[in-house]
Amino acid sequence: MDAAEGEKNTNIFMRILNAVNWQKNASFIALVFLVILSSFLSPYFLKPQNLINIMRQVSYTGIIALGMTFVIVTAGIDLSVGSVVAFTGSVVILTMNAYLNVYNNEVFAIVIGFLVGLGVGGLAGAFNAVMITRGKIVPFIATLGSMAIFRSLSLFIGNAGEIQSHNELYGSFGMGSFLMIPVPVFFLLGLGFVLNLILNNTRYGRYLSAVGSNQKVALFSAINVNKIKFIAYTLTGVLVGISAILLGSRFNAVSTSNMGLAFELDAIAAVIIGGTVMAGGRGTIWGTIFGALILGVINNMLNMVGVSPYLQGTVKGLVIIAAVYVQKQKQ
Amino acid sequence: MNDEILNVENICKSFSTVEVLHSISFGIRRGEILGIIGENGAGKSTMMKILSGVYELSSGQIFFEGKPVQIDSPQDAKSMGISIIPQEFNLINDLSVYNNVFLGSELLKKNGFLDKTAMKKRTRELLSSLEVEISPDAQIGDLSAAEKQMVEISKAIAFKSRILIMDEPTSVLTSHEINILFNLMRKLKEKGLTIVYISHKLKEVKEICDRVMVLRDGNFVLDEEINKISPEKMAQSMVGRELSQIFPEKIKPEEKIVFEVKNITVPDVINNISFNLKKGEILGLGGLVGAGRTEVSEAIMGIRKISEGEIYINGKNLKIKNPEGAVKAGLSYLSEDRQGSGIITSFSVAHNTTLVSLPAYSDNPAQWIDKPGELETAEKYKNLFNLKTASLQTPLEFLSGGNQQKVSMSKSIDTKPQVLIVDEPTRGIDVSAKQEIYHFIHDLVQNNVSCIFISSEMEELIGMCHRVVVMKDGEVTGTLEDTKITEEEIMLLATGITEEDA
Ligand SMILES: Nc1ncnc2c1ncn2[C@@H]1O[C@H](COP(=O)(O)OP(=O)(O)OP(=O)(O)O)[C@@H](O)[C@H]1O
Ligand SMILES: [Mg+2]
Repeated sequence: MDAAEGEKNTNIFMRILNAVNWQKNASFIALVFLVILSSFLSPYFLKPQNLINIMRQVSYTGIIALGMTFVIVTAGIDLSVGSVVAFTGSVVILTMNAYLNVYNNEVFAIVIGFLVGLGVGGLAGAFNAVMITRGKIVPFIATLGSMAIFRSLSLFIGNAGEIQSHNELYGSFGMGSFLMIPVPVFFLLGLGFVLNLILNNTRYGRYLSAVGSNQKVALFSAINVNKIKFIAYTLTGVLVGISAILLGSRFNAVSTSNMGLAFELDAIAAVIIGGTVMAGGRGTIWGTIFGALILGVINNMLNMVGVSPYLQGTVKGLVIIAAVYVQKQKQ
Repeated sequence: MNDEILNVENICKSFSTVEVLHSISFGIRRGEILGIIGENGAGKSTMMKILSGVYELSSGQIFFEGKPVQIDSPQDAKSMGISIIPQEFNLINDLSVYNNVFLGSELLKKNGFLDKTAMKKRTRELLSSLEVEISPDAQIGDLSAAEKQMVEISKAIAFKSRILIMDEPTSVLTSHEINILFNLMRKLKEKGLTIVYISHKLKEVKEICDRVMVLRDGNFVLDEEINKISPEKMAQSMVGRELSQIFPEKIKPEEKIVFEVKNITVPDVINNISFNLKKGEILGLGGLVGAGRTEVSEAIMGIRKISEGEIYINGKNLKIKNPEGAVKAGLSYLSEDRQGSGIITSFSVAHNTTLVSLPAYSDNPAQWIDKPGELETAEKYKNLFNLKTASLQTPLEFLSGGNQQKVSMSKSIDTKPQVLIVDEPTRGIDVSAKQEIYHFIHDLVQNNVSCIFISSEMEELIGMCHRVVVMKDGEVTGTLEDTKITEEEIMLLATGITEEDA
């Protein structure tokens, strides 16, 4: 290779690198832009309390969106997350109440509630995973079905009403803060940190992309495609469980008809706005977190400038469509 | 000027800032078969994609019938009468054969509905003119690479066109199908069609073309009437130097049997297949398209379910359920369908190289990938196979077909297998890189690897293999050894026609 050719080669490399970086940073740039815009629109926006509130609000769906990122990287989708939040939340509180009826130990009740939450969420995810991998049902349909199932089950066990927790400590746990930062935000950032490493640096992360890019090639390349998918859906279930535990403790109760409603929309939106490709194969965890924050900031801004809450869905819808449109143009 | 149907002047093409075609000018004569040859990455496919409206040219001018034209989209090219058989299959896996053939130009009934009967009928005619038995209703995803190739050919000739560009149409076909294709090309030529033919099989170029042009690093370096040039001369002009012996000296394998299949059957696909492989042996699998060679490998690798029969490695009976198990047992498979099942085009060179061998690069409790080690390996293969790529981070979609094949090859051998099964290993690879791959496999079998070698190229089977197992219609029809490995013997067993019949 002569010198001139070498130079040309680094050039094309730089270009590709730049393009990728821009794509990676697009959601971050959008977020910064929105924050600047909002701080002009309202003097309250930059108040620490307001910012902390936004962070707290986005963490419940944000945590779910982390798992959704993995699922979408495999070229799948999980519509059941909102219903599973309600179902898991209900079961967690019922379990804690039952425990407290017998023993009087609130700390232990929370530990048990936590484990049950992870377990129920994980099982719900595994149920989806089995339908998709063993049953060969397309993810959209399989999780549409479980979306209906888990909502109905939670309505049934809660008589379509509210389930109150008898555990005072549970209520303060989820509302607690550490170093000014709310507990759910810690979970979001901590989980995000770990999952980002998994996606970019481990064998499992590489296999996720391979399965989502070309399933047949993945299969021929000695990758256990079903196992990879199974883990992605089950992991999402576990994260849904965590979100449910945190959300239940926020009010120390769950409303079986309202809890987690339309969470699938927010989670999928965060993933897409964050730059993960709907067709699978490529995704970013930080992008998803930025995507969740973008949605949170938009909601907050609309509230502050006094836009009707009923119109917020319209704005959210437009943002999602715009994000996908931008993605398509880049391809 | 007048006898040229199409000519191009000073065409340049750059991807980002890299120029791959440097001010090319040439003309295509009316009614000729023009061969275009050149090393992997020389720019052949890029040139043809410009003529068929897939890529935009960076500068220069195309003239069609002497008039300047712009070809901005494949539709433009189609309406001018330029059709192309692309190097990489451009078929939709979930659609049937006839739907693919008529994709974008569906036949309609008077009431506006699709005329399925007419489309199926026409598809059947096209396929039978190619003498292949594929049902118009079959799904593309279920076809072998060679069958897909036949569908691509049908698609290109389904409509009357004036220039037909064929980008390596024979890379997965056996001599039998190639002869049929050549007869068809001669007929089309008689009817006035102009054909551009790209291939790395130089003897074929000599046989079918009227003229040959050689592209090297984005420049034309030779333009010669076919009767004035030999395949050897073509090769020399392609690579810019003389090529030494293509095939390495065969070295006798040991007597020890390392791998054996006994009576394996996959219902409706392969029947009662048995053969064994000695240590250090290269065992060829020959046969026509559809004989079941690929299916045998897929059955061995656990991709197809075996209903009966056993597989032994080092005398141990193996129950292989999936490719994962096969790789763990020391087997490795290079697929013939490069983009369909071999490589991930959106993955980088490095990531593709370690796609199968990744566990070796993440052998720790966290399964953390050793990225420097991965790059080191990719670099090693890049040098070994003289890979032409901007960097190891470049996604494979930006590499030429032959260079993608080299990465696919690297991927299959990086698992350090005991038994390597290669299916069309030199598909789309230029003569000098072929030579490197032959010598590489030769060296591998000297180092405790044994090889099952599937190829549609007779010359390869004859030049490389110690023994050749020939198949027909999913069954083994015979095994040839040493001097018995000749083109005639292989064809005899492959077609089932004895000399008295013929
Ligand atoms: N889409 C693309 N983006 C960037 N570079 C490309 C792209 N397509 C091709 N190239 C580069 O252009 C050069 C020519 O590629 P081309 O596919 O035309 O080669 P070719 O002569 O057809 O080779 P082969 O015999 O391997 O098919 C190669 O170096 C390749 O890396
Ligand atoms: Mg090419």
